[in-house]
Amino acid sequence: MLEVKDLHVTVEGNEILKGLSLTINAGEVHAIMGPNGSGKSTLSAVIAGKEEYEVTSGSITYEGRDVLEMAVEERAQAGLLLGFQYPVEIPGVKNIYLLKAALNAKREAEGLPEIPAPEFMKLIKEKIAEMKMDASFLQRSVNEGFSGGEKKRNEILQMLVLQPRLAMLDEIDSGLDIDAMKVVADGVNSLRAEERAILLVTHYQRLLDYIVPDRVHVLVDGRIVKSGDADLARELESRGYDWVLEESAA
Amino acid sequence: MSEETQHFLDRLADVRAGREAEPTWIAARRQAGAARFEAMGFPTRRDEAWKYTDVRAIARGEFALARDAEFSPASAAALTLPIDTHRLTFVDGVFAPALSTLDGLPEGVSLQPLSAALVENHEAVGGPLGRLTGVEFSPFSALNTAFMEEGAVLRLAPGTVVEKPITLQFLSRRGETPVMSHPRILVQAGGRSQATLIEHHVGEEGAANFTNLVEEVILERNAILTHYKLQEAPLADLHIASIHVEQARDSRYTSFNLNLGGALVRTDLISELNGENATCDFYGLFYGEGRQHVDSHTLANHNAPHTFSNENYKGILDDRAHGVFNGKVVVKRDSQKIEGFQSNANLLLSDRAEIDAKPELEIYADDVKCSHGTTTGQLDEEAIYALRSRGIDRQTARGLLTLAFAGEVLEEVGLDAISERVELAVAGKLPERFNLAGLVEVAVALDDE
Repeated sequence: MLEVKDLHVTVEGNEILKGLSLTINAGEVHAIMGPNGSGKSTLSAVIAGKEEYEVTSGSITYEGRDVLEMAVEERAQAGLLLGFQYPVEIPGVKNIYLLKAALNAKREAEGLPEIPAPEFMKLIKEKIAEMKMDASFLQRSVNEGFSGGEKKRNEILQMLVLQPRLAMLDEIDSGLDIDAMKVVADGVNSLRAEERAILLVTHYQRLLDYIVPDRVHVLVDGRIVKSGDADLARELESRGYDWVLEESAA
Repeated sequence: MSEETQHFLDRLADVRAGREAEPTWIAARRQAGAARFEAMGFPTRRDEAWKYTDVRAIARGEFALARDAEFSPASAAALTLPIDTHRLTFVDGVFAPALSTLDGLPEGVSLQPLSAALVENHEAVGGPLGRLTGVEFSPFSALNTAFMEEGAVLRLAPGTVVEKPITLQFLSRRGETPVMSHPRILVQAGGRSQATLIEHHVGEEGAANFTNLVEEVILERNAILTHYKLQEAPLADLHIASIHVEQARDSRYTSFNLNLGGALVRTDLISELNGENATCDFYGLFYGEGRQHVDSHTLANHNAPHTFSNENYKGILDDRAHGVFNGKVVVKRDSQKIEGFQSNANLLLSDRAEIDAKPELEIYADDVKCSHGTTTGQLDEEAIYALRSRGIDRQTARGLLTLAFAGEVLEEVGLDAISERVELAVAGKLPERFNLAGLVEVAVALDDE
């Protein structure tokens, strides 16, 4: 589904990703782990099209399309969706407007008509109940005055409504207490499906107890230095990153 | 005297007929208004206060006075806010009892058309009428005084709290000849009284009438008034309003000046903060399209220490519309410890739209907190990216953020019927490329569940 080949990315002249390669197949859950500053967040941001990143070489291919040639909104419409580590507050734009406009944009790209209002309302109500959110959320401005946990839930709510093909979640667990994390993890797990892939970027193994990944990659200094299954994450939790660093240096 | 001025004064003959029941002072006031108007003439752009607003469309107009208040009840109902309210309705300035709902006014509330108040209650009305907005204020206030015969008088006895809003509805009719009206509104809110006043200007498409309004609002100690002025007049209407508020100690006046309609609109809003802890909040939203001209002048006079004024005006201008914002805060010499905040932001949706924004501070005291600022700006790129990252194209994102910009004023509105109506109107006016059709309705529907 997604193929990243020898990706080099710079931000303001600093090279952050230095030849990263990664293949994600439909149905898989991948976790990217690594110490601070290793470039974890950069990878998902580049795939989603954040503008301050410059790709100097390498390629990203999604379902046969050159992702780097696609506008930000085209990527989202095609099913590449990033849940942000720090979701932006958008004063005055009601959640319900964002959800409806985004869903209709996706449907339009797929050649479907606009969703009829009653069907949309039914869908939304179902999804906010799933995320244990109050209906009043819909009338509130996007993320404005939300707690950290509410913002993260809201990111997942958007995923549940928009049903991406590749859901990328950047540190979705940061700043969450255990109850909020369970709700978020349940939401993510409900997205698991044969035709869908999930890419988790996380600093902590804790999240991976709730969302068990198929593949775990350790990112160090802009490259993937080790890959394994869910056991690798547990090993990192108990032994830290140093042994991976030593192993990769050897 | 100019031909233009004379043309207006000639219409006075229509006012004088059939007013024998009125007290003699009213005729003297009208004469004083006419004399003053005659001496001043219409303002020109050489007058500082009218620098950006050309009133020739009014001066050169030929306006008759309406003779009746006929209006189809069904059409009137379609133009009426869906709010449970006490309402006086006027058609082209003429009181329409059949369209008004006055039953069930609570004790302590007196709401009368001016024509009735001048006959039945003239001693109480004669004193305050014209005290705040005299004939000197502007040529339009003089003209209003010359033609003063209809309008509304609202009086609240001390301690009266009115649950339902009180609405003054002004309907503008499409007719053979354009008409003019000079409504005069007097509000006297006794100590500790509390009320919401909705002033709604609306009408038939194709109408091209001239409304010249003068409102005087007196808030006694601890009185609280929220005043919505929802101006949705037909797009060829001409609309001038002078609103003058006097605030005693501990009183609170909140104004929402929401301007959507009219070809030429000028509002002067002035509050005299005369007693300690008097507070005024001025919220404004204007939307101009086509060749609409919308001018908002506001003035907060901090005449006493420990008084507070707060202002937030937002403008959205498309096509060749022209907006004017002039907000002034004046702090008198001994008015220490006052706070005066003012903010104005404008969005221009087209290269040919224009805004003249001028915030002004005049401070003669030394221990005050004041700030002001005006921006004419761009939308937040970070927010645009956040919306695009969800698949929303740039134009729709811009539309959503423009609606959000208006929303920053509308979220202060305490009456859903008004905020939803204005939001829908703004969404409907935004260019089609913003692709917002159907978006707002869903939120309104959700709210009604």
